[in-house]
Amino acid sequence: MKEKQPTFYEEVINEGLSRKDFLKFCTTMAAFLGLETSGVGQIVHALQTKPRLPVIWFHFQECTCCSESFIRASHPIVASIVLDKISLDYQETLMAASGFQAESAYKTVMEKYPGEYIVMVEGSIPTENEAYCCIGGRSALQILEEAAKNAKAVVAWGNCASSGCVQAAKPNPTGAKPVHKVISGKPIINVQGCPPIADVMAGVVVHLLTFDRIPQLDELGRPKAFYSRRVHDTCYRRANFDAGLFVESFDDEGAKRGYCLYKMGCKGPVTYNSCGIIKWNDGLSYPIQSGHPCIGCSEAGFWDNGPFYQHLPNTGAFGIETTADKIGLGLGVATAVGIAGHAIVTNIRKHRNISNSPTVDSETLKES
Amino acid sequence: MRSRSIPLREVYVWEFPVRLYHWINALCITSLCITGYIIGDPPALMKGTEAYFNYWFGTVRFVHFVSAFLFFFNFVFRTYWGFVGNEFSRWYNYIPLKPSQWKEIIDVIKVDVLQVTHKRIGSIGHNALASFVYFITFLIFVFQCLTGFGMYSAMSNAFLPNLFAWIVPVLGGDILVRQIHHILMWGFILFTIVHVYLVFYHDYIERRGVTSSMIGGWKFIEEDIVDSLDENTNDKTKK
Repeated sequence: MKEKQPTFYEEVINEGLSRKDFLKFCTTMAAFLGLETSGVGQIVHALQTKPRLPVIWFHFQECTCCSESFIRASHPIVASIVLDKISLDYQETLMAASGFQAESAYKTVMEKYPGEYIVMVEGSIPTENEAYCCIGGRSALQILEEAAKNAKAVVAWGNCASSGCVQAAKPNPTGAKPVHKVISGKPIINVQGCPPIADVMAGVVVHLLTFDRIPQLDELGRPKAFYSRRVHDTCYRRANFDAGLFVESFDDEGAKRGYCLYKMGCKGPVTYNSCGIIKWNDGLSYPIQSGHPCIGCSEAGFWDNGPFYQHLPNTGAFGIETTADKIGLGLGVATAVGIAGHAIVTNIRKHRNISNSPTVDSETLKES
Repeated sequence: MRSRSIPLREVYVWEFPVRLYHWINALCITSLCITGYIIGDPPALMKGTEAYFNYWFGTVRFVHFVSAFLFFFNFVFRTYWGFVGNEFSRWYNYIPLKPSQWKEIIDVIKVDVLQVTHKRIGSIGHNALASFVYFITFLIFVFQCLTGFGMYSAMSNAFLPNLFAWIVPVLGGDILVRQIHHILMWGFILFTIVHVYLVFYHDYIERRGVTSSMIGGWKFIEEDIVDSLDENTNDKTKK
């Protein structure tokens, strides 16, 4: 570890990229972050003057799809952020070191930059039995608690770290919990998605670097710049929704015409993400554009609100495949039968009332 | 010609604002349930056409939202009327805090639901069980407004819907909010079925004109019931 950390800009130029590339990157990021034009200058200034951001990146119970997404970011500079620009001192998947060296790498960061380093977490933390996830002989919870103690902020990458994802789905055998459920007293950014969009991840990093504070978050801890709008409200197929044109099955005429996937269980109307705007893989496409309904991967508990290809989630009551509509209809029929029965009984039991001889009983009058 | 002669008194039970509330509410709930169900499971009406020809689903949603606003303000008004209206519309009828209300609830269950005993229920407005059920529906109204406007708030900058935006993070996301909203819709449908049946039932058994009372406001109540209640109120005023 060097004494004087090179700035982000120096790193980029040393790598042979031009200043033009650098400025293009800054402009793109400013646009993603929803900054006004003057924000571009702030980003340029920050990346030219500020030393690299010391980062410890942990992998707990997860599939590494967040890292995979990040290194496939559209802009080359975004990709290189991961590899060295943010000073990735410890990242289980990408670091060269292993064993004792690796362990000492993140301990050095904690000692050297207390209150300055950022902890980035991929994956959920088991609490049922901490032994379900151990690295270097210590449990995920121990590692995270120790690292988060002196961290400036904690970034929870993806649905696992933000809300538990598939590990926390019923019956959650490991007692998997997201970061915000086990760590308190630290700013936590939930960068939702399974995985999050690479450019969103880069945007969060650039924001931390530029403004030295966490981005504005919504009530669920997600950066507002990327998670304030529903996939549905930014979907290019929205016109078909408003026109009432829906795909009824994946091989019908509507699917060919690019109708709305609402009835195929698209979770776009209940999912907050920027898939419809930033898209994936260099803006190439996103699930709905590719003909598949949104599965709602940036929402908490999306595994338990399935199936993916059904509009209404199953209720979990009265058998697995029961929606609210089936229960409602069943209750409606039961009510109608009950009413019919009650009407018949009424005509028998109350025939005296009905046939003109009221059962007046003055003693039973209300006393109030 | 069959006829019956018993001493009855006409009692003005439902004031005009209460009746207006009832029918606006009925209209809104009907509209909300129909449009709501269509929103949840839209039929394939215009298959094979292009989006620029149609806006019918948008219109259905628009009707749903307009009805929702009307429903909400109507309910707010009714809540207010629960504090200024006549004795039959006051809030304390709906929340069974008094032992006498619980006693009547049990009586009504015995007399009208299970039909194991036969006696007259002497309340002039709603009976205690009906009132309590209305109180539960009021709670459903509140939850339906919370979840509905909570979902609506994401696409609106208006003041009112955003008052309800907090429900989404409380429930952890739109998925559960929508699910609850959908389940509660069935609460409205089931309530309506039972409600209409029971109005007919009471009219059939008690012949106090309960059905038409929501049109004209007057009920025909046996004279001794009115007298005994009048005596009670007179006693209280004397004291």
